[in-house]
Amino acid sequence: MLITTPNLTRADESYARLIATHDGLTEAESHALNARLILILMNHIGDHAILAEAMRLARDPRPAAP
Amino acid sequence: MKHDVPERYALAFRLYPYARSPDQDARAPVRHRVIVVGGGPVGLATALDLGRRAIPVLLLDDHEGPGLGSRALCFAKRTLEICDRLGAAAPMLEKGVQWNLGKVFRDDRLLYEFNLLPEGGHAMPAFINLQQPWFEKFLHDAILSAQAEGAPIELRGKNRVDAITPDTDHVTLTVMTPDGPYHLEADWLIACDGARSPLRGMMGLGFEGRVFEDNFLIADVKMKADFPTERWFWFEPHFKSGDSALLHKQPDDIWRIDFQLGWNIDRAKELEPARIRARVDAMLGPGVDYELDWCSIYTFQCRRMERFRHGRVLFAGDSAHQVSPFGARGANSGIQDVDNLAWKLALVVQGAAPDSLLDSYDAERVHGAEENILNSTRSTDFITPKTPVSRMFRNAVLDLAETLPFARTVVNSGRLSLPCTYDGSALNGPDHPQMPPRTRPGSPCPDAPLAGGWLLAQLGRGFTLLGIGIEVPPQLTLHGLAVDGLTLDPSPELAARYLGDVPGAVYLIRPDQHVAARWDRFESAALGQALARAIGKE
Ligand SMILES: Cc1cc2nc3c(=O)[nH]c(=O)nc-3n(C[C@H](O)[C@H](O)[C@H](O)COP(=O)(O)OP(=O)(O)OC[C@H]3O[C@@H](n4cnc5c(N)ncnc54)[C@H](O)[C@@H]3O)c2cc1C
Repeated sequence: MLITTPNLTRADESYARLIATHDGLTEAESHALNARLILILMNHIGDHAILAEAMRLARDPRPAAP
Repeated sequence: MKHDVPERYALAFRLYPYARSPDQDARAPVRHRVIVVGGGPVGLATALDLGRRAIPVLLLDDHEGPGLGSRALCFAKRTLEICDRLGAAAPMLEKGVQWNLGKVFRDDRLLYEFNLLPEGGHAMPAFINLQQPWFEKFLHDAILSAQAEGAPIELRGKNRVDAITPDTDHVTLTVMTPDGPYHLEADWLIACDGARSPLRGMMGLGFEGRVFEDNFLIADVKMKADFPTERWFWFEPHFKSGDSALLHKQPDDIWRIDFQLGWNIDRAKELEPARIRARVDAMLGPGVDYELDWCSIYTFQCRRMERFRHGRVLFAGDSAHQVSPFGARGANSGIQDVDNLAWKLALVVQGAAPDSLLDSYDAERVHGAEENILNSTRSTDFITPKTPVSRMFRNAVLDLAETLPFARTVVNSGRLSLPCTYDGSALNGPDHPQMPPRTRPGSPCPDAPLAGGWLLAQLGRGFTLLGIGIEVPPQLTLHGLAVDGLTLDPSPELAARYLGDVPGAVYLIRPDQHVAARWDRFESAALGQALARAIGKE
């Protein structure tokens, strides 16, 4: 099951790190970095059903119809 | 009057020269049990399989042998197992180049390598590389041997099918020959007439799918080179020849090089020898001596017919489905069509099974074609990304693959042909939850070494009842069919592949070496039911 309730141990730290990771990169380099990051996280999650749910949610962040 | 059946391509071998048949002088069209149209790999294998099952079969082709040009090159393990059942594999293995190792490069850097058959205990290698005309010649040699042993197979060269009229219980054909046209009738017609299938056109049937906007140049190069016998694939190759390139070794010191050229090219110009040589020079580096043996540019499509059975007409091979070359799934999947169709048609022709059994050919091989099209479309989308964002992700995968093993599982330079498991087929009988998933009903039997031979060599003449660690009767007759019994002691390979967590197992195996059903004991009522199901009597 995809976790959508708060789960980040240090939310502000992690967000700031995400932004800082892109420091000094061009737009294209940033896109490429994001792509690598997504792939690395995908592998960490592993489970196809969770990934598919995350992708659906990213495309349409409204909650799924009951 | 002199008629002409012109050659649309030059021949590699003249194997079945035109000879006038008495059928051409008959008053009324002569009726044949089975007519196969097309003498490519699929048609030849169909005639061979049916003939070896004692079904009279007539093959018609508008040429007198296989065309020049290597085309299909990589023949997969399952194809070799099927050819072995057909008595044709030995010369293929002897002439073919065996390989298991693949390397994937980006630019001039090795990203990783893979081994296709890490598991031991199989008679056949993962792949051999063999030019298609040789593959066809060896099938034809096996037809000659089968004929010598009485198999009722006849081949007619320069017999071009120009029209067909399907009826409820037969099909009428109009055939053009150098002596003019004649008519034939067939109880069953198998259309193995290739991707452009004139028969499909004559019946007004569709062939839907996706065209890929790309051109590939094949250069078969003859040289004495000491590249190892491996499949080498480049993304963004350092020799600046398009987006990808592929190198494969063939027999006779010939190497296959595939260059991806892109969509907007000047075909005639790209085929100029000087231009091809410039590409090959850049790839091989200076000072390598070679000759160009055969070159061609191809584009490809992934598409299939909606159904492969149309009454008395059955489509097999490229006429029914077409895939991209990545993964070597064209000829390999066509041979699996044959494997699936021949025993079913044989039982129907012999009256041992209802003709509805042939609907399972349609269901099972449409499933196989779907799987092949899916795999080959995904490979193509990875090799030739269709949008900027798709290219970005593709390149991100390649970036990571240099250092992170997980990313290598995502790299897709062609998922090489694997046999299809007929999950959900109406022919499948009971499964057993503690036995290995790889041998569940619908699966092709994995090979295993036996004392003095191989498991697969024991399977495939008809239905087989295989007892592993459980005694089964050596001969049974059920529903009018002879079933061979084979009792084996569990070797480590048999136990791992067939037993899993149980001490003994009984398998019902179809004539195409696919599992029909399996149990942890022998019980004849259950067997009878499973057999009825596997021959469409239920
Ligand atoms: C460049 C290239 C590379 C390939 N590489 C691979 C590979 O590595 N591995 C792989 O598995 N596949 C590969 N393929 C695909 C493979 O060549 C085909 O899948 C295979 O040839 C299909 O066999 P077939 O018997 O169905 O059809 P075909 O080989 O096309 O044979 C059809 C036959 O029917 C005959 N015919 C046509 N019309 C009539 C008529 N009206 N009357 C009588 N006869 C007729 C033709 O003359 C021909 O002999 C490749 C294809 C190409 C083009």
